[in-house]
Amino acid sequence: MNNTYYGKLIFELSKEGRCGYSLPKNELDNYKMSALPANLMRYEAPCLPEVDELTVVRHYTNMSNNNFGVDTGFYPLGSCTMKYNPKINEDMAAHRDFTCLHPLQDVDTVQGALEVYYNLQTSLAELSGLKEFTLNPFAGAHGELTGLMVMRSYHASRGDDKRTKVIVPDSAHGTNPASAAVCGLDVVVVKSRPDGTVDVDDLRPLLDDTIAGMMMTNPNTLGIFEHNIAEIAKLVHDCGGLMYYDGANLNPMLGVCRPGDLGFDIMHINLHKTFSTPHGGGGPGSGPVGVREGLEQFLPNPRVVRHEEEDGHHYTIENNDNSLGFISGFLGNFAVVMRAYTYILTLGHENVKNVGPLATLNANYVKESLKDCFELPLTGVCKHEFVFDGLKDKSTGVTTLDVAKRLLDYGFHAPTIYFPLLFHEALMIEPTENESKETLDSFIEVMRKIAKEAKEQPEMVKTAPHCTPVRRLDDTQAALKPIVTYRELVNQE
Amino acid sequence: MSKIIEGLYYSESHEYVRVDGECGYIGITDFAQHELGNVVYVDMPEVDDEVTAGEEFGAVESVKAASDLVSPVSGTVIEVNEALEDEPGLINKDAFENWIIKVQLSDMSELENLMDAAAYKDMIGE
Repeated sequence: MNNTYYGKLIFELSKEGRCGYSLPKNELDNYKMSALPANLMRYEAPCLPEVDELTVVRHYTNMSNNNFGVDTGFYPLGSCTMKYNPKINEDMAAHRDFTCLHPLQDVDTVQGALEVYYNLQTSLAELSGLKEFTLNPFAGAHGELTGLMVMRSYHASRGDDKRTKVIVPDSAHGTNPASAAVCGLDVVVVKSRPDGTVDVDDLRPLLDDTIAGMMMTNPNTLGIFEHNIAEIAKLVHDCGGLMYYDGANLNPMLGVCRPGDLGFDIMHINLHKTFSTPHGGGGPGSGPVGVREGLEQFLPNPRVVRHEEEDGHHYTIENNDNSLGFISGFLGNFAVVMRAYTYILTLGHENVKNVGPLATLNANYVKESLKDCFELPLTGVCKHEFVFDGLKDKSTGVTTLDVAKRLLDYGFHAPTIYFPLLFHEALMIEPTENESKETLDSFIEVMRKIAKEAKEQPEMVKTAPHCTPVRRLDDTQAALKPIVTYRELVNQE
Repeated sequence: MSKIIEGLYYSESHEYVRVDGECGYIGITDFAQHELGNVVYVDMPEVDDEVTAGEEFGAVESVKAASDLVSPVSGTVIEVNEALEDEPGLINKDAFENWIIKVQLSDMSELENLMDAAAYKDMIGE
């Protein structure tokens, strides 16, 4: 139970003159304020809370108790792969031998760190069936942009400047068309068939010598494996385009099926999804990009290169003239790389093969257990996630939003809602491989209970949540008139 | 059940055209505003911009989703509904009253490719 006093805003706990620190006496006697340039001077006191240390500690501890994370409970946020982040990852990332490194240190003094970077590159290449990876991109979308820049560099290197279009399925994540637009490419949308997979007949007429490539997520956003992938890849390659694999849904494939073997040429991986590094508010992310043989010269600078020598091996950091250039300072988010590498080593060759099948089993178990209460538009076996189109019985007017809000009362994180846009009341559930049957059963029981409540006490569900620190928020006002500072709040009042 | 007005032209992507002489007022239908939920931002072209039938001319952002605006007709933008800049929610209040752009139509025959009220009603299944 949180304390209501310390749960107020830190500014509301402020008492004039109260202080939580003491600064040493200023011993600079020739210090002159007037010597500072006028444009750097502050003329108005900053709006800061005046609080003692204990108040600060209690306030933020109370705040942290309001947080919901994968360490708190089940987090079935579809398309996000909110898997558990093993604590050994944190131990390794926090290891003193790595945390004190500086990116400008002499390479001879950071051989261990470069070995970790190189080994993760190699492991990802093996797991994806591609030739080489860069770990420099800072997030999934950043990886998408980098991958598309590789695509452009490839076409440019052949003197082919007509290819300005990228094909994206209508079920794609919004980042696909966004990344293409940022990369200066035009987006062409290909339709889905009723079963959610790419319509090959709709694709064929789009293919010509203006197509730079096609972006796909497989399994797609509906959790369905694109079984025509070999044909699609052939069609795109035949017209001279490249295939881009969005790694957002790599989890069910892990250790079972490799994008490189499916005909993909370029891909990104979200380490913060598939490789158990922190995700969401806990970030930072990492979006390594891999390419098939022949495209590695275009990967961003700098690169970590391994040299075999008589008495062992040596790593260097190198820049390549054919590269698309720099997309990050130095070598990406190293602490995230460390966590992902730890995860792969912890699983080992044997266990990495279990990730995909277990994630798939968990998703299908939840889907089959709930399909009599929730509308299942696409039947059959799904991969790691699936989509319900709201409650089966919609007669009381209870929406997907209401169901999601009511789940919070029962201590579960809500699934992804109203995405993908193909269904009006989309409710997208991804349990991940981590959850036990008991956890899934408790979620299923609660979901069935909510479906029953929707029939018997619809008003109660429509006004949920009832037990959370804050009730239903005004999304519209939050988007229209966001108040992000205390000063704005005070001025408004 | 959403409102449909007789005499307007409707597109498959839920835009309407209200023809007034050689001009057309383009907006999104009541069905579309209902599907989108509360609109929080409307991205509009500028006066004198050209719009092309079947191509995007802006976007509507709601609390649920961002959706492209596809022009049902071709022509030149002669006015944008500036009231939507301060109060995008007007679209939710009355989508037909609060048009988004006014266009000088360059090809009246394009209207023949659009649906009438009855056909649109059929399409949205109401």
